Amino acid sequence: MLSIQVDQQAFNPWTLLADFQQQPDFQASQCGANAVFVGTMRDFNEDDTVQAMYLEHYPAMTERYLQELVQDSMQQWPLQHVLLRHRIGELLPGDPIVLVAVWSAHRQASFAACRHLMETLKYQAPFWKRETLQDGEQRWVARNTTG
Amino acid sequence: MSINVLFFASLREQLGLAQLETDWQTGMTTGDIWQQTTAQNSLPDNVLVACNQQYCDWQTVVADGDEVAFFPPVTGG
Repeated sequence: MLSIQVDQQAFNPWTLLADFQQQPDFQASQCGANAVFVGTMRDFNEDDTVQAMYLEHYPAMTERYLQELVQDSMQQWPLQHVLLRHRIGELLPGDPIVLVAVWSAHRQASFAACRHLMETLKYQAPFWKRETLQDGEQRWVARNTTG
Repeated sequence: MSINVLFFASLREQLGLAQLETDWQTGMTTGDIWQQTTAQNSLPDNVLVACNQQYCDWQTVVADGDEVAFFPPVTGG
């Protein structure tokens, strides 16, 4: 089972995970491992206080890129299920930005695929962050943190 | 015969360009499209290029009707 979505509205990753695992095609007995990554908005960056963030994307390419990335990962590791969500639009500190969840029979595939999906998405999926600082100044984030 | 050209994020704001149609000629590369639409002769290192929603480089040859996008390094996740 595979679910990929870009959301304009805020999402609750834990509710999404619970709902995903309630679906009829979700075979819990086949999954010995589940790795989950949730990225949330910080209220600081490069020594500045950040009060809000706007996330832009290139819709047609994002959709295509995320689909290909997940399909490639499912070729590379024996994954049972993948759930991926990414926010766009206006965010506030503490809001979830991204959810990557993978299920597999054994933990190695889940750990490796979850990290691969997250790191590849971060450096290649066409999303851009624009921060609003405490004094109202807006600036585009020039680069990712090293993690 | 034309190319649909898109600009995103900080690059869109710097250039004051979001989307435009530009004339296409046989053999044109994404670099030619950049120069034709931005009036900049140099090909910047910090701009990424996609043709039909897939990453490519400045030497990629484009076809009539293609969608070419220019954007800064991505910062999602």
